[in-house]
Amino acid sequence: MTTLASDTTQVQPLTAAAATRLLVLRNYVVYRDAWKLFLTGFLEPVFYLFSIGIGVGALVSGFEVGGKEVSYAAFVAPGMLAASAFNGALIDSTYNVFFKLKYVRLYDQMLATPLTTGDIARGEIAWGQLRGASYATMFLLVMLAMGLIDSWWALLALPAVLLIGFAFSAVCMAATTWMRNFQDFDKITLVQLPLFLFSATFFPIDTYSGPVRWIVECTPLYRGVVLCRELTTGTVSVASGVSVAYLLVMGVVGLLVVRRRLDALLLT
Amino acid sequence: MSDTLSESAGQRDDAPATAVDAMIVARGLRKSFRQSSGASFEAVRGIDLEVRKGESFGFLGPNGAGKSSTMRMIAAVSPVTEGELRILGMDPAVDGPAIRGRLGVCPQEDNLDQELNVFDNLYIYGRYFGLPKQVVRDRVGELLEFAKLTEKAKSRVEELSGGMKRRLTIARSLVNRPDLLLLDEPTTGLDPQARHLLWDQLFRLKQAGVTLVLTTHYMDEAEQLCDRLVVMDKGVIVAEGAPLELIRAHSTREVAELRFGVGEHGDHAEALADLGERVEVLPDRLLVYTDDGEEVLAKTHERGLQPLATLVRRSSLEDVFLRLTGRTLVD
Amino acid sequence: MAALTLSASRDLPFIEGVRRQVDYWAVLWARTWRGVVVSSFLSPFLYVLAMGVLLGGFVDADPDVMEGATSYLAFVVPGLIAAHAMQTAVSETTYPVMGMIKWQRIYESMLATPLGPRHVVGAHLMSVALHLAATCGLYALVMAPFGIYESWWGPFLAFGSQVLCGMTFATLVYAFSTRLRSEEGFGVLFRLGVFPLFLFSGAFFPVSNLGDVGGSVARLTPLWHGVNLSRMFALDNVTWWLAGVNVVVLVALMLLGWRLAVSGLTKRMLS
Ligand SMILES: Nc1ncnc2c1ncn2[C@@H]1O[C@H](COP(=O)(O)OP(=O)(O)OP(=O)(O)O)[C@@H](O)[C@H]1O
Ligand SMILES: [Mg+2]
Repeated sequence: MTTLASDTTQVQPLTAAAATRLLVLRNYVVYRDAWKLFLTGFLEPVFYLFSIGIGVGALVSGFEVGGKEVSYAAFVAPGMLAASAFNGALIDSTYNVFFKLKYVRLYDQMLATPLTTGDIARGEIAWGQLRGASYATMFLLVMLAMGLIDSWWALLALPAVLLIGFAFSAVCMAATTWMRNFQDFDKITLVQLPLFLFSATFFPIDTYSGPVRWIVECTPLYRGVVLCRELTTGTVSVASGVSVAYLLVMGVVGLLVVRRRLDALLLT
Repeated sequence: MSDTLSESAGQRDDAPATAVDAMIVARGLRKSFRQSSGASFEAVRGIDLEVRKGESFGFLGPNGAGKSSTMRMIAAVSPVTEGELRILGMDPAVDGPAIRGRLGVCPQEDNLDQELNVFDNLYIYGRYFGLPKQVVRDRVGELLEFAKLTEKAKSRVEELSGGMKRRLTIARSLVNRPDLLLLDEPTTGLDPQARHLLWDQLFRLKQAGVTLVLTTHYMDEAEQLCDRLVVMDKGVIVAEGAPLELIRAHSTREVAELRFGVGEHGDHAEALADLGERVEVLPDRLLVYTDDGEEVLAKTHERGLQPLATLVRRSSLEDVFLRLTGRTLVD
Repeated sequence: MAALTLSASRDLPFIEGVRRQVDYWAVLWARTWRGVVVSSFLSPFLYVLAMGVLLGGFVDADPDVMEGATSYLAFVVPGLIAAHAMQTAVSETTYPVMGMIKWQRIYESMLATPLGPRHVVGAHLMSVALHLAATCGLYALVMAPFGIYESWWGPFLAFGSQVLCGMTFATLVYAFSTRLRSEEGFGVLFRLGVFPLFLFSGAFFPVSNLGDVGGSVARLTPLWHGVNLSRMFALDNVTWWLAGVNVVVLVALMLLGWRLAVSGLTKRMLS
């Protein structure tokens, strides 16, 4: 019966980092048994690369990137790298978060402990990043094996992917806090699909002209795609710095909003 | 149950207390919700409470009285709309994490982690309190034993029966060995054995110095477990005291229960109104409050009324509850 | 189809059982049709614009390589519609089925009435069929102005093959969902099943680009049969014996899926 006597002396205050680690631990325990699913996640961009890059690529001649002629596969691969970070972050922080928030009410039980809403936001995003990073590493290795990497700059593609994931996770999680039911997710598709298809992932930006091109250049996934492409093809420029700053600001703003919104939603 | 353990609970004085030994102090506590229609709804409308260390304190009240809303404010997860609330001497708006570190919470609806198995539910939750791994592991073993779930340690939550889930939720609330345990309808869904077992366990907890705050719809539970309780109705406290005090103050010594044919109770109530201090009409029976139940039965027969069934019993908390929150036809 | 699983003679007739659920599905539809329109109108349009028109602008279309298509757009659209039918069918028979089995427990409540598993499966699949018809029909309407159809009857037969293709996947995946305990299996189904099919079953490029072995494997997949059928009709480039093979394969798989779906739900809910 010792379990029953009160003794909270062992309870320790949690630092933000420790709390984040605990939430990552929780997700790790959940996915420990679902490693098959985890492993297959990385195949997605690889399939795209083979299908569009190689299959459709056989019908298309190469493109020019930063004054350099590259094959269609080498052109599409970094786009897939960025787009898969984007898709992964989106799924993780919309569907999965919504499920935990509204259906299984997981966050309610966490908030009955010393954890705070900020810890939850950081923990979920950190977990998504770990997943994203492992997928990106494997994808970069596939690119390397297929001879689609032209430069040592490609090493920086990994942090770039993390940055993309962070920016989108934060913003999408913020958006999720406004969702009322699963039907609202149709609206997410409305944003996801155009971004995925038109962010110069499959064809160069000069396919567009005038204001359309200008608009595309201002969208976040486009910044991510060109950033990855500049890194793997070794054509880094000032524009790369702009992309980095853009994504960083986006992520931080998203995180602040998430925290405020979770407070409003869960602490009622 | 060793003395040292209860002492360790008694020696905590790291937090500034507003009153000596006051675990919870509420003054003019209010809670409003904004409803989907946009209008604001006041679920708790100004309550005053004081729960002392080692006490076992109960909330009674009909559905929607505001018990859970109050419990959530005490659990430091629901911001106070108005009034003052101190928990363990701290302000929940400022020291939420520190307060929650010392609370055990069993919510009205189980919110177990569906993606984790039984063992991990306890283990991971324990880790949220910053407890060292080994400490949590040891405690989880004991808690599984406590909840009689050792065999189910590796099962998924969805494979548990309703009562098992409830026991797991209660066990989970003990993982940090809380100073203050909040139980929102802890025994709803438990079978009689499990209920009595839990009562025994809660009683031991109390002896070990844990302060208990619980809500319940079972009057026998409230009589058994609570040193003191409040009856809430429509967001306010309508009575407060020890169970026996309440019975004495709000009911008579005995109650005569009379059952008539379907739909006849209202009519007979008029005819019997003068036999007791009060007559309560329930859908299926009449309750006549009196100091001598047998006499009521005798007089009922004298008046030519033939109840289908009768029973004379001592007043219970249930009668207090009906009196305070129900609708009495004849007062 | 009723006769296939008619077990007891006192059982409710199939049609009657399905009819009794019409109201339920109508209410559900009333709530969700907006989303259906978005996903069936906008998403195909965007895919066609991005892949067919914009990327297609960089493709040299040679009708010999492109299975008779004179532009990449004309090649890709009929395949994309068939693939879209598959995706629609899969998304309607995965999470919704599991949800009705174990989250909202709708089936449990339905089966507590005189309705039996085959009625429940039948009504659910009927709703999927309706959804497929709406989706593929809308898709065809949106595509009409792009001038990809080579004959007036082509779109109709193509439409039929797309719905057939979708229903084949609907019954098979429904059967899979009834046997699945946890939703994680869907992740694997999507990543190792649906997604590779979408990308490699000839919707985006001729399967001959995959080489001899790859091409033969691709031709074994159900989606290829649907894509091929849909494309042959749309481009008015029909090899009739092949069309026959395509139809037989799809119908046979659909019936197999139906049997497995009913038996799966029976085992899951009534044992
Ligand atoms: N999040 C919320 N938003 C809006 N209204 C709420 C919310 N939570 C509770 N209420 C309302 O507040 C009132 C009190 O609810 P509460 O849950 O505190 O009752 P309770 O006494 O615990 O009842 P029960 O015995 O049924 O558990 C109810 O009218 C309820 O509808
Ligand atoms: Mg309640």
